[in-house]
Amino acid sequence: MSAVAVPQGPRPRSLSIGRLSVYGFLIVVALCFLVPLWVMIATSFKTMDEIRLGHVLAWPASFTIEPWLKAWSSACTGLACDGVKIGFWNSVRILIPSVIASIAIGSLTGYAMTFYRVRGARTLFVILLLGAFIPYQVFLYPLVRMFSSIGLYDSLTGIVVVHVVFGLPLMTLLFRNYYGALPIELFNAARVDGAGFLAILRHVILPMSSPILIVATILQVTGIWNDFILGLTFAGRSNRPMTVLLNNIVNSTQGEAAYNVDMAATIITALVPLAVYFFSGRWFVRGIAAGAVKG
Amino acid sequence: MSAVSVRDVGVRIGAVSIFENFSLEIKEGEFVVLLGPSGCGKSTLLNAIAGLLDVAEGQIWIGGKNVTWAEPRDRGVGMVFQSYSLYPRMSVEENLSFGLRIAKTPKAEIAARVAKAARMLQLEPLLRRKPAELSGGQRQRVAIGRALVRNCPVFLFDEPLSNLDAQLRNELRVEIKKLHQELGNTMIYVTHDQVEALTLADRIAVMKGGVVQQYASPYDIHRHPANLFVAGFIGSPAMNMIEGSLVPNGPGWRLDHAGGSIDMSRYAFAAPPAGGPAIVGVRPENIAIGVAPAERSGAQGRVTIVEPMGGETILWTSFAGKPMTIRVDGESPVRLGDEISFHFDVARASAFDAQTGRRL
Ligand SMILES: Nc1ncnc2c1ncn2[C@@H]1O[C@H](COP(=O)(O)OP(=O)(O)OP(=O)(O)O)[C@@H](O)[C@H]1O
Ligand SMILES: [Mg+2]
Repeated sequence: MSAVAVPQGPRPRSLSIGRLSVYGFLIVVALCFLVPLWVMIATSFKTMDEIRLGHVLAWPASFTIEPWLKAWSSACTGLACDGVKIGFWNSVRILIPSVIASIAIGSLTGYAMTFYRVRGARTLFVILLLGAFIPYQVFLYPLVRMFSSIGLYDSLTGIVVVHVVFGLPLMTLLFRNYYGALPIELFNAARVDGAGFLAILRHVILPMSSPILIVATILQVTGIWNDFILGLTFAGRSNRPMTVLLNNIVNSTQGEAAYNVDMAATIITALVPLAVYFFSGRWFVRGIAAGAVKG
Repeated sequence: MSAVSVRDVGVRIGAVSIFENFSLEIKEGEFVVLLGPSGCGKSTLLNAIAGLLDVAEGQIWIGGKNVTWAEPRDRGVGMVFQSYSLYPRMSVEENLSFGLRIAKTPKAEIAARVAKAARMLQLEPLLRRKPAELSGGQRQRVAIGRALVRNCPVFLFDEPLSNLDAQLRNELRVEIKKLHQELGNTMIYVTHDQVEALTLADRIAVMKGGVVQQYASPYDIHRHPANLFVAGFIGSPAMNMIEGSLVPNGPGWRLDHAGGSIDMSRYAFAAPPAGGPAIVGVRPENIAIGVAPAERSGAQGRVTIVEPMGGETILWTSFAGKPMTIRVDGESPVRLGDEISFHFDVARASAFDAQTGRRL
């Protein structure tokens, strides 16, 4: 006598070959990302004596936070031995105004291009996008000359302006696509209700923009934090961002390379983007999906 | 309150021309209903009047001012959108008050006007909700309320009652009519519902393919349709069309058709006809059952369908090889399959030129 399963309630899930191969693939990919991360974390807590043994994957035998302290406040970059601390605060000072300004301007241009069919907006947009595809290196020298002639070179304002300008194509594209999917009648209704350009943006459009604002923030925070070449070129000696300092620390060690300090400094530098992804991953995916699907 | 005047307007969307040389005069305080099949340009016309769509040619005047190039907010119009277009992040109350808040109306007055609209539209229990938490009909009422609170000289309503149940629709129809009588705003109102059109309008503009077919009082639209299109579009069930040929008959005319002939001597021609192919339309309510009196043309037929509609019943039979509908009292004893005699009230019929479709 066999028990016949009567179909009712949720359908039983079976482990198919398709499902197995998906899991297999995901595990392999996850390992590709996790193993290097593990090596970095483990090494940063090891003493140099232990590192010399060469067991890169091993758990730290004599656990030490010495390399972290050193990386933060006393690792040497050439002559100065202040760690990445100064660079961290420089990066923060560059990051905050750049992110705010680039998102504010990007949402404004995206909004204007979507709802106010400004004469020549399409052409302008295409030019803006072309700009996004030209490698930065091409712009560097002319920009340096332009900036030094107006006194912006080697300054915090200078690097912020550069970040805003280079972020503009992507920000505009992002906001324009998102706004393009909103029903135009909403905008029309607000126009009939008597609202002007900024009032519509503020009261109607921005309240509906949280997904895309989150995506834009994530993109800009990670992009600007990870920037190296623009910071190196435009920020000047006193505003050099963390990435530049990290590079100097890793490259300027005399004698034996202090791998543990290098690893710790690298992790500290990567901490901000990591935290952003960690805390906003769900929002990020949701925002991208909301941008792609209408409504 | 303002008159609206659309003068020789051309509207193009991309390469598609929706209107050419379109003109429509709406008097101050008049209630005009735009009626026409889907896609004939009713919403487009409202958008053009509101200033949401640039016209390619011509002028639009509101309240004695040329507003062709004016921004929507400078035109003094309130609009109910066909798609509602409520602000998704605002509560019902905020949706209703948005226009007033933008206009910096005093708080107390905003509260009073919102409360009045909410009462009339039965929105009071919903004021805290977001549009996503409303049913289609509730959203539509919010959309109406949003226009009403602003109390503009000109209201543009795009099918404002299309999504409501029959009872609420009747109630709101009466409310809108009362409101219009009270405030005297100029009203341009799009609907697919003939009852709404006939009951609300001072004048109805029947449109087709971006062209006004007839612009007249509900009575005239119904009683003297200007062409075959209007005749067929207005009335439910539709007018019965009898094809034939007009031939002289003594001092008058008669229509010779596939099943015989109809004496047209009692029909008031707009101008002396030339004769030839013609179509005579008779409304289902202008056909009577029974043996024809001497001065009327009659016919016989078998009842093929009986549609009881409560107070009245629609009988389907055939005449001259085509189906014909007859409206009779709901108490009528006629049953399916009965042989009936019927006759036409020619004085209330409409005759059209078979070629041009124009009323004769
Ligand atoms: N954005 C557009 N691009 C091209 N053609 C359009 C556009 N919007 C409307 N049309 C066309 O304009 C014509 C009129 O459209 P409109 O929306 O005014 O019709 P309508 O009379 O309001 O119809 P309905 O009763 O279905 O609401 C239609 O043929 C439609 O296809
Ligand atoms: Mg429409």
